[in-house]
Amino acid sequence: MSTTTWGWLVLAFPLAGTLLTALGYRSWRGRTAGWIGTFAIFLAFVCAVGALISLQGHDPAHRQMVSSLWDYAKTAGIDAQMSILVDPLSVFMILVVTGVSTLIHLYSISYMEGDEGFTRYFSYLNFFVFSMLLLVLAGNFVLLIAGWAFVGAASYLLISFWYRRTTATKAGIKAFVINVVGDVGLVLGTYFIFKHTGTLDLLGTFHKTAGGAFGHGDGDLTAGCILLLVGAFAKSAQIPLHTWLPDAMEGPTPVSSLIHAATMVTAGVYLIARMHPLFELAPAAQDVGAIVGALTLLIAGTIGLAQTDIKRVIAYSTMSQIGYMIMGVSVGAYAAGLFHLMTHAFFKALLFMGAGSIIGAMGGEQSLQKMGGFRKAMPFTYGCFIVGGLALSGVPPFSGFFSKDEILLVTAERGGWHWILYVAGYVGALLTAIYTFRMIFRAFHGEPVAEARELEAGHLHHAEVPRNPANGEIEDTEVGFPGPHHTIAEKALPMKVAMGLLAIGAIGAGFLQIPKTDFVIDDFLRPSFAGSKLYEPHTKDGLLFAGLAIGTALALIGIFLAYRIWVARPGTAEVIRRRFTPLYELFVNKWYFDELIDAVVVKPFAASGAFMRDVFEKRVIDETLTGGTTGIVRAGSAAVRAVQSGFIRYYAALLVLGVAAVGFYFLLQS
Amino acid sequence: MTIGWYLAVSAIVFALGALGVMTRRNPLVVLLCLELMLNGANLALVAFSRMWGNGDGQIMALVVMTVAACEVCIGLGMIVAIYRRKLPIDVDELRDLQG
Repeated sequence: MSTTTWGWLVLAFPLAGTLLTALGYRSWRGRTAGWIGTFAIFLAFVCAVGALISLQGHDPAHRQMVSSLWDYAKTAGIDAQMSILVDPLSVFMILVVTGVSTLIHLYSISYMEGDEGFTRYFSYLNFFVFSMLLLVLAGNFVLLIAGWAFVGAASYLLISFWYRRTTATKAGIKAFVINVVGDVGLVLGTYFIFKHTGTLDLLGTFHKTAGGAFGHGDGDLTAGCILLLVGAFAKSAQIPLHTWLPDAMEGPTPVSSLIHAATMVTAGVYLIARMHPLFELAPAAQDVGAIVGALTLLIAGTIGLAQTDIKRVIAYSTMSQIGYMIMGVSVGAYAAGLFHLMTHAFFKALLFMGAGSIIGAMGGEQSLQKMGGFRKAMPFTYGCFIVGGLALSGVPPFSGFFSKDEILLVTAERGGWHWILYVAGYVGALLTAIYTFRMIFRAFHGEPVAEARELEAGHLHHAEVPRNPANGEIEDTEVGFPGPHHTIAEKALPMKVAMGLLAIGAIGAGFLQIPKTDFVIDDFLRPSFAGSKLYEPHTKDGLLFAGLAIGTALALIGIFLAYRIWVARPGTAEVIRRRFTPLYELFVNKWYFDELIDAVVVKPFAASGAFMRDVFEKRVIDETLTGGTTGIVRAGSAAVRAVQSGFIRYYAALLVLGVAAVGFYFLLQS
Repeated sequence: MTIGWYLAVSAIVFALGALGVMTRRNPLVVLLCLELMLNGANLALVAFSRMWGNGDGQIMALVVMTVAACEVCIGLGMIVAIYRRKLPIDVDELRDLQG
């Protein structure tokens, strides 16, 4: 089978899974829909592996393959086809997406077991995977935009999955609106590029770009690339379009794990890597991406220090890690950024799954304030969390260590002001270690809370009255609310298998690319970045070893600090908080970004909307335009209506008179 | 013989018919007056036919008669229907179609 056929099959299975679970929702009893969904994604993963094997059989110079099913819109200079592009970059992405998705589907089977919307959940989840695969396999801008928008829609559906929770529906709307801002950026950016290249095909665009469609630093290209970046920032939760991601934690935990950590939010990273021939000619756009990435990784890290909702801490950590990736692919560290994307997918999905397990043990409660001492009660979850935490902090030999340091190494090699980014990256690494282990120490160490003791005694805690963890509202357990049943990894085999496999990935994925030893990722991705000048910069040994040493040291210092503050001397956090109250306020209020956006965008728009509704619509629309038109029609019809008296004799007289008048006219004419 | 006399008679019959349609209120009489108008026209057609010496006008007259027969059928039918519903047999009263 040819490589592109495998690519089409990768798309077909999740779509089939969506339709099968959605259309047959009445007939699926128990866990059936979950197994169908999981199996569909697993088959897609198998096909992705097939694509990989088939791709490696080709000569490296011919590893970019396009397959088109039919012309989608071919008119007036537009050449949109139903085409996919299978090359090392897209195969890399489909492997990560389908691989992690399979495990998260498996985890969800147990996690969502008690939910009334079980079948709907898997239908949405499969739809999401299909959209994401469409996004990464798209061979032209049109399909890319379609996949991009589908992913946003799927994210909306899954965030507001518990649609009777007001907090969840609000978060869903927020995510959707911000994602649409990104979609608009992507569409406009595409237009700027299309205007010069005259083709929507991705490879065609790159070919024309290499052939000189744009000059170096061309204004239209820079504008187009910055608009593409707007799309990437919205999807990847970069400042200032990040505020939806923490709120998206209202969705079920496996959704946070899949969409808001492992796959969807990395779409921006993929986009920048995919568009690298354009970005390399627009250095201003690259700089914007790098600076925003660096800012995001710092700001999100500091917010992560002060949050108390366990899922939100991980969400800010995700933002921060994606900041690294965006910075990486913006400075030309393509392989490193994508490598980090993969390792991050493993360990962040693992951390979310662990968080889901703890939330299950707490009976739906998410606040770190109320957790503690779960170490003995949940040894498996604890182990997985430690593995994920070490990988996230970048402790050797866990996977995050290799990928993060490689991004920073390439950043430093660009020289000049990129050193600032380098320093910011390491400050971020220290913050990462601190907030990660703060979370672990608070949830698993210290005095066991009542729930943990209950679990040690062999009984899983269930809240007497289910409450919304965000605002304390009392809830039902009907459809549209979380079900009454909670599950922890220790008691459910599918969850255990999924977390175990991800833990192996979080430990081992880093070995794919060890500096100076092996270059699996570099070598594999090289054909996709054949025209790039920035792809092969690894030269300075001193910098490499210094970076590795600094990274290790910072991670260990961070863990040690967290240990001192939250385990060795439990009162320290309170002392620090009191000493730096303004800073703490800033962090706990998330740098006031929500308030800022509210003041700059929401309030003015709401005010102008109110003005339009109260003044413009009443005066101009209702009274002048519609009022005027209806007035004219009404007066005209009243005049005509008066003639229709209903007297037949009167009509006959008019008829005779009319004919007589016409007759006279002709008489006088002749 | 000139055609003038024939046309004069035809015009008188037609005008009488038209006058009847416009003045009478009983639908039956209105219908009769309509027939009068049609026959006035028929007379003119036949007269012209004779003047030109061909059959075109006479054929037209035959067509008019057919139409008249159909019209009478429908008209009388309607009058019977009106009568059966016990509605007033008066065209001025039957004015539900006013605007």
